[in-house]
Amino acid sequence: MGALSRRVKPGHPGYWAAVLQRLSGLLLALFLPAHFALLGAGLHSTEGLDEALAWTRSPLVRVAEAGLVTALALHVAGGVRLLLLEFLGWHAIQKSLFSLACGLATATGLLFALNNF
Amino acid sequence: MKSRESKPNGFLEVSIWRGAEEGAFQHFQVPRRESQTVLDVVTYIQRHLDPTLAYRFACRVGVCGSCAMKVNGIARWTCRTHVSAVATTGPLEIAPLDHLPRLRDLVCDMGPFFEKWKQARGAFVPGAVPETGFAAIDPDSPARRQVEAGIECIGCGICYSECDTVAWRPEYLGPAALNRAWTLQNDERDGAHRKRLQAVAGDAGCHACHNQLSCNERCPKKLSPAAAIAGLKRASAVAALKGRL
Ligand code: FES
Repeated sequence: MGALSRRVKPGHPGYWAAVLQRLSGLLLALFLPAHFALLGAGLHSTEGLDEALAWTRSPLVRVAEAGLVTALALHVAGGVRLLLLEFLGWHAIQKSLFSLACGLATATGLLFALNNF
Repeated sequence: MKSRESKPNGFLEVSIWRGAEEGAFQHFQVPRRESQTVLDVVTYIQRHLDPTLAYRFACRVGVCGSCAMKVNGIARWTCRTHVSAVATTGPLEIAPLDHLPRLRDLVCDMGPFFEKWKQARGAFVPGAVPETGFAAIDPDSPARRQVEAGIECIGCGICYSECDTVAWRPEYLGPAALNRAWTLQNDERDGAHRKRLQAVAGDAGCHACHNQLSCNERCPKKLSPAAAIAGLKRASAVAALKGRL
C-alpha cells in the first residue's frame, strides 16, 4: 500500500465540523471526572473544598475554564446543527450552520473570559 | 482528432499508480493543453507513453460513472474534471478509488460496491397494481421530490471512496446504496418498503453515518446522500417506535 493509502483525506467544512464535535465532546468527557472529584472533595471536608477551590482560581485553570466553556458552547451549537440536519434535512445550509456554531461558541467563550478576567 | 487538439503549452508532471494493492507511482510527462481533462491526460499516457496502463471510462461526458479516480487525493469524475481546475501549477497525482480492491493500475473491483446496493435492496420491487392500472404520481408530492433529489446517481463510487465511515466500518453499506434505498422508499409503486427498511436499519446501515458529509461535498452530480441517509434514519426510527420494523 504505502504511498497510495492516504489515511487523512483533504478536509472540508462538514468534515471539520465533525472533527470539532468529537474533540469538544472528548474534552468535556475528560472534564467531568475532574468536576466530580472537586464536588467529592466538598463532601468530605470544607478544607478539602477550599483547597480545591483555591486551585481553580489559579490563572492557568481560569484560562482552561474559558476554553472549556468555548468547547461546551461549540458542542451544544454543533449538536443543534446536527439535529437540524437529521430531523429537518437542512443540508443545503450546513456550512452556514457550522459558521454560526463557531461564531456562537467564540462569542460565548469571549463573554465568559471578559466576565472572569 | 489530432488536428483539432490545441497546441501544447508546456508539460504536466503526472504520477500514476501502477500495480494492484502493492505497487508504486510511476512518473510521466504529458503535454499540457487547453481545456484538457484528467481523463484526457490518462488517455494520452495510455495511447502515447505506455499502452499497458489500465483504466476505465466509457461515455466521457459524465453519464456512465466509470471514470472515477483519485486526483491529488480527492475522488473525482475524471472526464468532467479539467486539469486547470485541480492542478493549476503543481503536479497531478492519479490513483484508484479508496475502499475497493485494486485490480490493476487505476482499475478497482466495483463488485463490493454494487453488492452493497443489493444488500440495501436497491432493486425496484413491483407492488400491487392500482385499480386504475397504473400509479398516478404527482410530480410535486413530497415523496416524488425526495426521489427527484436522489435519482440522478451515476454509481461512480466517489462518495464510497470519500466516506470515512466506510474506512472505519468496512461492512457499512455506504452513501450510494443508502441513497438508492431512499429513492425506492419514496417510490409509491414499490412493494418492498418494509423489507428494505429492515435491510438498511441494521448496524452497518444508515445509523452508522456520522454526518461528515464528504458524500455531499464530493458527489459530482451534487446530490445529497447524507439527506437520504437522514431520511432513512427518521423512517426507521418511526417504524421502530410503531413496532413495524
Ligand atoms: S466516462 Fe462516463 S462519467 Fe466519466
